[in-house]
Amino acid sequence: MSTTTEPTGAPKLTDELLAFIAEWKSRPGSLIMVLHRVQQTFGYIPRAVAFEVAELLDVPLAKIYGVITFYNFFKLKKPGRNQIQVCLGTACYLRGGEDIVHAVEKQLGVGLNAITPDGEFSFEAVRCLGCCGLAPVMTINGKVYGKLETGQLPAILAKYRQV
Amino acid sequence: MGKLTLEKLRALREALRREIHQRTTSDRSIQIAVGLGTCGIAAGAGNTLHALTEAIAARKLGNVSVRQAGCMGLCHSEPIVEIAVPGMPRVIYGGVQPADVDELVREHLVKRNPVARLVYESRPESADAGPDASFERFPNQFRIVLRNCGIIDPDKIDEYIARDGYCALEKVLFEMTPEQVLGELEKSGLRGRGGAGFPTARKWLFTKNVPADQKYIVCNADEGDPGAYMDRSTLEGDPHSVLEAMVIAGRTVGATKGFFYIRAEYPLAITRLETAISQARAYGLLGADILGSGFAFDIELRLGAGAFVCGEETALIASVEGKRGMPRPRPPFPAARGLWGKPTVINNVETLANIPVILLKGGEWFSRIGTATSKGTKVFALTGKINRSGLIEVPMGATLRKIIFDIGGGIRAGRAFKAAQTGGPSGGVIPPEFLDTPIDYENLGKIGSIMGSGGLIVMDDSDCMVDVAKFYLEFTVDESCGKCAPCRIGGRTLFNYLKKIAAGKAVPGDLDQMRDICQAMQRASLCGLGQTAANPVLSTLRYFADEYHEHIAEHKCHAGKCQSLLQYRIDPVKCVGCGACLRACPVNAIAGERKKTHVIDPAKCIRCGQCFAACKFGAVARA
Ligand SMILES: Cc1cc2nc3c(=O)[nH]c(=O)nc-3n(C[C@H](O)[C@H](O)[C@H](O)COP(=O)(O)O)c2cc1C
Ligand code: FES
Repeated sequence: MSTTTEPTGAPKLTDELLAFIAEWKSRPGSLIMVLHRVQQTFGYIPRAVAFEVAELLDVPLAKIYGVITFYNFFKLKKPGRNQIQVCLGTACYLRGGEDIVHAVEKQLGVGLNAITPDGEFSFEAVRCLGCCGLAPVMTINGKVYGKLETGQLPAILAKYRQV
Repeated sequence: MGKLTLEKLRALREALRREIHQRTTSDRSIQIAVGLGTCGIAAGAGNTLHALTEAIAARKLGNVSVRQAGCMGLCHSEPIVEIAVPGMPRVIYGGVQPADVDELVREHLVKRNPVARLVYESRPESADAGPDASFERFPNQFRIVLRNCGIIDPDKIDEYIARDGYCALEKVLFEMTPEQVLGELEKSGLRGRGGAGFPTARKWLFTKNVPADQKYIVCNADEGDPGAYMDRSTLEGDPHSVLEAMVIAGRTVGATKGFFYIRAEYPLAITRLETAISQARAYGLLGADILGSGFAFDIELRLGAGAFVCGEETALIASVEGKRGMPRPRPPFPAARGLWGKPTVINNVETLANIPVILLKGGEWFSRIGTATSKGTKVFALTGKINRSGLIEVPMGATLRKIIFDIGGGIRAGRAFKAAQTGGPSGGVIPPEFLDTPIDYENLGKIGSIMGSGGLIVMDDSDCMVDVAKFYLEFTVDESCGKCAPCRIGGRTLFNYLKKIAAGKAVPGDLDQMRDICQAMQRASLCGLGQTAANPVLSTLRYFADEYHEHIAEHKCHAGKCQSLLQYRIDPVKCVGCGACLRACPVNAIAGERKKTHVIDPAKCIRCGQCFAACKFGAVARA
């Protein structure tokens, strides 16, 4: 968790998050739920916020780091303004998920698990979004695109580029 | 409405039923349902629903009710709209886009002519339907778990209550002893649907008999098998059925607290569950003194965070406790020592969704469905190279042929069936020779696969079995928690062998080495993940050994999947010299003048397949 690309003026817990933590603090096993809420707010778990959470929940920072790195869902780096997830679960893999990955790479000019230099897109592969009937599937900011064909990608991505 | 007592709940149910009856009889109102599960929404069902509401309002049609419903399971034809006009057959329309809506409203609702080009299925409302008709909405299927999915609005507890919802809970709270509940479950023969098939009655009895000041019920909705979404659809379409079963479990074993462990990748299911929980609380079906019985039970949601191993029960417990999801050796089983060391019943979503029906219809009724050892039904997520992918529920003992060809409409693009995969990363492939084997826990085990949670992935002759095994191994290597060596090191080594084979660099002795590693992993791994991770390799080796040998000895991949083994060549007869391949090639391996035959330099070719895709004349041959 060395130097991450954090904007100046390190993120701090919002009032809403403070209230959430106060509500959950006394419940056993609340750490993961708190981290979910933090990521929902910031899009990732900022280092400075992890320190605050450690303090408030009275959990060692090492434990928080252990949990964050165990679970694929949690991110330590700020993602792009738009988040693309291409499914490589079994159904999507068999129906050409890899072709979609390659086509997105070509469109964005960056590889998997990377962020475009302008910060517009981050791009990752995931295992099954539960829409296997529509394979191959991709999501952008949570919106699901099913029965994808590589030819549709330029038009879809254009919609998300800064207007 | 406030909290209900038993009498008030019964009165509410009666009133709701009368209202529904009146709607369809004296009011003769038209009922329209739009399937709004995640897949429906992805296909644009939200827009379709909106367009329908607008079109009906614009034409000032009274007496029409449009509602959202869960997934009907017809994923291949989303968005789905079901229209029931009294006196006409009920029609299910598929692929209904907003542009189709006006025609649908004009023709079907106004002129009473179904729009043939969009009809997916049309079934007359038969008056002489048998007692189980409500489970037989789709041909060849028997829907117990999915009984309400695609019918009720999952955000409305009243619709669940009207369809016998919380009736089983009433019985359990006021008419049955815990022993009687266990007796019915025992008679039903219900076994866990999360994968292992452990008898549910025995699990509950075990927890019931352990004395403790606190016990827990956990619903496992982690659904980590990539390519499966049975639990997501059930929760999105009928969340109360699972909540009701959790309260019943609590009452039976003496637990007052339930946890719902659901994967964060399912935002819609989470929202619908949250709604369902708060509605159940408002009605007094969760919380203190449920229905005035004196019994208290409440449920909390806990989100997974993208770790497959957390579906394993001891890892799941660690995760609910807020820790890294590391499994631990069993025994002690969670039924005796689970969450925070207390006795804990952990059941899968589908297992639970069966329970209210079992208690209403009786264990005896349930045990008549299925085979000698596997009772009831199984929900499958039918995906892969199949025409009608979707969610189906069939009696145990149905054959793959029935599932793939009768229900699933056969293999896409007229290709040949090669194998079906069940059990995900813990399961195996089933070759064509077993198409007629009745599917139940025992038979699947005998042929080297497992029932698993219900993912059923169909593969055709363009799928390479070495590639499939490699795919699953890559998955388990990624997902291994790393605690035990057999899984951590064995999995990685096995994966490396498979990569070697796919690259054409393996030697004959490698297969024996691989078999040894598989055996070590099965015997020595700490949890189910490692113990079963070798299954995809063993079962492809068992039925498709020829394919492995071809890769190793002849450096050939007949399915055309393993890139490094492919040879690309340009057919001089078909090539018109257009230059498309030359421009597509990223490494300048293609040469040729305009209008003259082009050639690929095999030494430079990286076998990426771009030329194959670019050629409009079919002149690039791949072998
Ligand atoms: C690696 C692994 C992953 C599992 N994933 C799931 C899962 O996603 N959902 C589930 O219900 N059970 C899963 N199980 C099975 C659970 O450990 C447990 O047996 C099950 O939840 C018990 O419920 P049941 O008796 O109702 O089937 C998994 C097991 C293993 C070994
Ligand atoms: S495999 Fe891609 S959504 Fe399930």
